[in-house]
Amino acid sequence: MERKDFKFISEWIEKDSTVLDLGCGDSTLLDFLRINKNVSGYGFEKDIDKVQQSINKNISVIQADFNSGLDQYFDQNFFDYAVMTQALQENKNPDKIILEMLRVAKEGIVTFPNMGHWKNRLQLGLLGKMPISNSLPNNWFDTPNIHLCTFKDFERLCGDLSITILDKKVLNSSYNSNKLLSFLPNFFGEIALYRFKKS
Amino acid sequence: MNDNIKPNSVGIVEPKIIEIKETLKLDCGKTLESFELIYETYGTLNSDKSNAILICHALSGDHHAAGYHNEDDKKPGWWDSCIGPGKPFDTNKFFVVSLNNLGGCRGSSGPNSINKKTGKEFGPDFPIVTVKDWVNSQKLLGDCLGINCWACVVGGSLGGMQALQWAISYPENLKNSIVVAAAAKLSAQNIAFNEVARQAIITDPDFHDGRYNDYGVIPKRGLSIARMLGHITYLSDDSMRQKFGRDLREGKLHFGYDVDFQVESYLRYQAQAFVERFDANTYLLMTKALDYFDPAEEFNGDLSLAFEKTNSRFLVVSFTSDWRFSSSKSHEIVKSLVKARKNVSYAEIEANQGHDAFLMPIPDYLKVLSNFIKNVI
Repeated sequence: MERKDFKFISEWIEKDSTVLDLGCGDSTLLDFLRINKNVSGYGFEKDIDKVQQSINKNISVIQADFNSGLDQYFDQNFFDYAVMTQALQENKNPDKIILEMLRVAKEGIVTFPNMGHWKNRLQLGLLGKMPISNSLPNNWFDTPNIHLCTFKDFERLCGDLSITILDKKVLNSSYNSNKLLSFLPNFFGEIALYRFKKS
Repeated sequence: MNDNIKPNSVGIVEPKIIEIKETLKLDCGKTLESFELIYETYGTLNSDKSNAILICHALSGDHHAAGYHNEDDKKPGWWDSCIGPGKPFDTNKFFVVSLNNLGGCRGSSGPNSINKKTGKEFGPDFPIVTVKDWVNSQKLLGDCLGINCWACVVGGSLGGMQALQWAISYPENLKNSIVVAAAAKLSAQNIAFNEVARQAIITDPDFHDGRYNDYGVIPKRGLSIARMLGHITYLSDDSMRQKFGRDLREGKLHFGYDVDFQVESYLRYQAQAFVERFDANTYLLMTKALDYFDPAEEFNGDLSLAFEKTNSRFLVVSFTSDWRFSSSKSHEIVKSLVKARKNVSYAEIEANQGHDAFLMPIPDYLKVLSNFIKNVI
């Protein structure tokens, strides 16, 4: 199954480039990029079942937790792109990992769920409970999402880290875009895709 | 019919011996004018000879990797869990070749062979061979079998080192390399263990400078101690605790120096069985091959440079509880392959069996081999 956000990511990626996918899952994205953009590169994944699926797809995958650092693996600008889809909020230090992505690659691409979506605001602000939604399906006690943020928070962090945002795409949970989303992205957007580089 | 022989076994197999009449120049400077290798094959070589897998054995392994030698055989070959119909190295699809390495004691030219020049047994005079020498001899074996390019070269531990060396020495003659529970070089601790094993053998009064066969004895005590020590390093603390704990063999302490605990009994049994099937000079030689392995040495210690010319896909596998060749050793290989921008996948398999895990039918391990091998041809 091809995810629509992967199609958008693919549009940002140059043909024949090198890509590092952090938290590559079953490597659907790398497989998609290999077929459509002839990219080469590696996936990082800590879950053995997903590593198995990646190897099954003939993708180069390394079973490792990238929270322990990429410096032992990759020199500066080793890749054209470092990608991380739906995993930023699961990191211990999202700020450090973003900087690390921009050390090993010329550009970074991340996707993450928006804590500032109106449904989340409603659940927390009016109902007084932690939000549960299509893009944030877990209970507070068993969620892997330990560092949730809003689009605004992310953009502020980029500013603080001297990172330039090159592209941005705001989607709903079915990975579609519409006018409402571009009107008030931090209110109506559920998932965002960002492409960025060092300023 | 042996009830042990299951439908997914390669069944009864027969080893073959081939004399390779080519001069083999060895790393130590000596040459072998010709040599013999004993090997087994499983499955059928296809018409374009593109489905051959070479199995490289570890320290005490041999050519008998799968199946049974006769109806009464109780135990199959050492990697039977991985080789056979429907198994990761699927003999319905692949032609699998497994040999006993040069210097071995199971039928290939080694210390127990006759030196044609002197008419006497080589004994300790058999030249020390290296991993590189083995790979060169395996290349010649492939040539004799009509295999120019192996679909895959695979091995665990010392076998994994051969799979690595293959990719470096003959980049055009293999498509894939599977390196399990191996290392790009031994650590001081690894060498130290090997040295204790060697000293145990060499200082045994029955060793006679390696000429024990002339005296009609074998250095049993030394070889036993070497094996016991080795065996401890192949297991994990956890697996020993689970297997033996502090269980007593006869339910009470004897206040003497004979066997009290089950683990002692197990080690003695393993050592005894080993002494009966293995040669002391071969053991010495194999441990030296391990110690000397360091493909990065020719490249100023830069392993990624050693990998620069390789063409194969790589699969590197380690096991969480392996402390003899820990995951960090596999990481070193993976990092260097990545640095050289090679096609490599790495899996760290959850297992409590220690280094020995590479011989065990661990589901995730077999699955990762199957998934990788699926894309081999």
